Amino acid sequence: MFLPHTDADREAMLRTIGVKKIKDLFEGLPGEHLFPELDLPPGVAEMEALAELQHIADANETTGELISFLGAGAYNHYSPAVVDSILRRGEFYTAYTPYQPEISQGTLQAIFEYQSMIVALTGMDVSNASHYDGATAVAEAVNMAYHNFRGKRTKVILSPGLHPHYRETVHTYTVDSNILLEGEETPLDSGPEALIPLIDDNTALVAVQYPDFFGRIHRFRELIEAAHQAGALVAVHVNPLALGLLEPPGDFGADIVTGEGQSLGIPLSFGGPYLGIFATRQQYVRKMAGRIVGETQDARCQRGFVLTLSTREQHIRREKATSNICTNQGLMALAAAIYMSLLGKNGLRQVAELNFHKAHYAAAQIATLDGFELVYDEPFFNEFTVRCPRPVAEINEELLSYDILGGYDLGQTRAGLENHMLIAVTEMVSREQIDIFVDALAEVAHD
Amino acid sequence: MTDLSTSLKIEPTVFELSSPGRQGHSFPELDVPHAEIPKSLLRDDLPLPELAEVDVARHFTRLSQLNHGVDTGFYPLGSCTMKYNPKINEATSRLPGFANIHPLQPIETVQGAIGLMFELQEWLKEISGFAGITLQPAAGAHGELTGVLIMRAYHRARGDDRRVKMLIPDSAHGTNPASSAMSGLEIVEIPSDTRGNIDLAALRAECDETLAGIMITNPNTLGLFDENLRQVCDCVHEAGGLVYGDGANFNAIMGISRPADCGVDVLHFNLHKTFSTPHGGGGPGSGPVGVTDELAAFLPGPIAAIVEEGDDEEPPLYGLVTPEKSIGRIKAFHGHFGVMTRAYTYIMMLGGEGLRAASEHAVLNANYLQARLRDTYKIPYDRICMHEFVAEGHWEDAPDIHALDISKRLMDFGFHPPTNYFPLIVPEALMIEPTETESKETLDAFADALIQIAEEARTQPDLLQTAPHRTPVGRLDEVKAARELVLCCWLPEK
Ligand SMILES: Cc1ncc(COP(=O)(O)O)c(C=O)c1O
Repeated sequence: MFLPHTDADREAMLRTIGVKKIKDLFEGLPGEHLFPELDLPPGVAEMEALAELQHIADANETTGELISFLGAGAYNHYSPAVVDSILRRGEFYTAYTPYQPEISQGTLQAIFEYQSMIVALTGMDVSNASHYDGATAVAEAVNMAYHNFRGKRTKVILSPGLHPHYRETVHTYTVDSNILLEGEETPLDSGPEALIPLIDDNTALVAVQYPDFFGRIHRFRELIEAAHQAGALVAVHVNPLALGLLEPPGDFGADIVTGEGQSLGIPLSFGGPYLGIFATRQQYVRKMAGRIVGETQDARCQRGFVLTLSTREQHIRREKATSNICTNQGLMALAAAIYMSLLGKNGLRQVAELNFHKAHYAAAQIATLDGFELVYDEPFFNEFTVRCPRPVAEINEELLSYDILGGYDLGQTRAGLENHMLIAVTEMVSREQIDIFVDALAEVAHD
Repeated sequence: MTDLSTSLKIEPTVFELSSPGRQGHSFPELDVPHAEIPKSLLRDDLPLPELAEVDVARHFTRLSQLNHGVDTGFYPLGSCTMKYNPKINEATSRLPGFANIHPLQPIETVQGAIGLMFELQEWLKEISGFAGITLQPAAGAHGELTGVLIMRAYHRARGDDRRVKMLIPDSAHGTNPASSAMSGLEIVEIPSDTRGNIDLAALRAECDETLAGIMITNPNTLGLFDENLRQVCDCVHEAGGLVYGDGANFNAIMGISRPADCGVDVLHFNLHKTFSTPHGGGGPGSGPVGVTDELAAFLPGPIAAIVEEGDDEEPPLYGLVTPEKSIGRIKAFHGHFGVMTRAYTYIMMLGGEGLRAASEHAVLNANYLQARLRDTYKIPYDRICMHEFVAEGHWEDAPDIHALDISKRLMDFGFHPPTNYFPLIVPEALMIEPTETESKETLDAFADALIQIAEEARTQPDLLQTAPHRTPVGRLDEVKAARELVLCCWLPEK
């Protein structure tokens, strides 16, 4: 399948090579188990494959069928039709990393524009072309900070407000290093200041999240000042959509901004592919991992774009590279670039406001219910934590019979958070649907 | 041959196209009461561009036209397996039942998705011979890091803390040493012998009690199946080390040779290469990792599994589990599901026979091109190759011509150049991987172009040195880019 060869082609080609049959090309292969029979289902035609995949897809209940209040790092947002229509252009999606700039200006300029819009959004100086996702972007921030101090500072402070998957990923990445991870056990309700006593002259990085995993918007000025006084770097992990409204981390002193870019027009797709955002200050640009596109000129004195600063990267520096990353999330960065261009200055604020107001409406309604209580006093964006009168798993099971996808069960992540639900409200739900949710919560409050 | 230079003009950036007051997308009116937003939290300004929808659609369409992709022409980029990406993959991965599901939904509501992951794991096991698979890694390099962390965890679990040395052949891809270094290993480079195999004597000399393992690529980056593979694996195993396989070149061996049968312990796949999910202009990829039985307990979670057996009436219940000695999570959620659905579609359509035919024809195409070019270009390791081969882009009687000039000139013929300057052990490398989806006509046109360029190298060298001539932009100044570092459009001062 997908082979253009005719019998005559094969014959002529084999003759040119000087062998009789295709099998002869494998003559010299060592090993006893050559040409194994693969026990796979026999191949099928396109229409059969589509029918089968449709059947599998139908076994899933989607956010189109359910009213979704599930977030926790992946959000149900609207992606304008333009985004996918451009992503389907073969010139974009069937190309690879733009190693040959003269025939890759489309990809290169789109990434350059992506970098520029990330810089605008975060208030930082430079952005790379992407990481795999929010979690690996945080892990790369830890690596960058550690190498920034040439391994002489070994402490990294992780806020307990960082997404648990991100913290777990950092643990996995650093297990064989001498990096010490601290801070995750600080009390949840004491805010970022609780991390300050941990900062010392062995601290390479303090990593926080904005809004944090529990939805809270913290102020980091004091923490960042303390970190900088000790000579440490600070990484702020963002939901880029929230930056449509919120003060950008560049304005309050962040050294690194990482983010999960899924909220910029990328479908939920059961967890990936998403988009790892990474931006930093100009002074650290050579320490940053990943591809970077820069502007230059061609032989005809026209503006053009190329991959640059590649002496940081694995294909040049090998074991001394800033990271092993090679293939990144090119098409997802393109999606985000299209999304940000479409919405622009006002559209991004508008969608951020919709999220903010709807989430606050939902929170206010839920807070009036018997047995439900908003846990934190801090301001929030589109997600908030609610203490429920019953285990969240039980509530969610009952909500499903109302065609509602309930919030995330925080009891899975940390002791003391049993019966805590993390509720996300985006522009995708209407007031009516919020009301249905609130009524359903009232009904399922007690068993 | 497309002449892009006359039909297209340099495209302004989105910032240059911006006009205050435009907005390319609008949302429904707010249907809930206004909540108070604390002023102190708000940003002053958001310096994003402002464009109408038509501006954005045209801008990115025009940008796309400045690209060469598999859909526009031959793309023999060695080591990258730029095969045709079936359009049906794009349709299936976008089915609402796949695109619109949340990774943290209750498992009862996503049985189709987890079941698909489970089956893909089973298929990859069958194709590779491994006992366990994780689909979580995001790309090949991420799979390498995962695999190396598994190797380290295995040694540590046996109380063996001395194993800090990773052997890496000099032909290896840069991600191999970079991945090993990221997990804190010391790298020792192993030379290749005159036939392009791993040098056994050099290998033996490094096989001691500090050996964590070796990272091999088979077929290797010269496109050659290592004739000493068994001895290499045995030697490493006898010293207590493990063998990591870089599966970037799996397109040569589907249904032909299974890495686990050859003695490989851990291997990553590149679904974006071998299994035809597109490359996306530089990702997203997907880098599942397969391991032997002995290592399966160390795989990162979550892994799709049957958590309740089915029977005649009920299908099994699929769930996501984390192995007992897992190295932990390697990224958020479950991996690039949208890439998995594409690979699943591809494997389903081809079946076992089709996969083998794909590999056989990939090898046929590479050997045909090698045969057509052998008299014109030096092939330093000249024997039957697998899915790719490496030629030298340099001649003694054309001393000023380099591989890069040949590559740039190829663009004038409408072809994407081969991989340049990799592997490092071949001077002026041109690494050519045609893939199975290209016809004899395309291969002939490409060979003819390379033969003509070889002629031009002697007769009109400046034609090569100033190439390309027919692309939207001419040769770009990479030194200027690195010196001046303009990494972002002009934005208003804060
Ligand atoms: C031989 C080899 N190994 C590893 C990689 C890295 O894979 P990825 O780019 O998917 O991270 C590549 C990719 O180009 C490769 O060619």
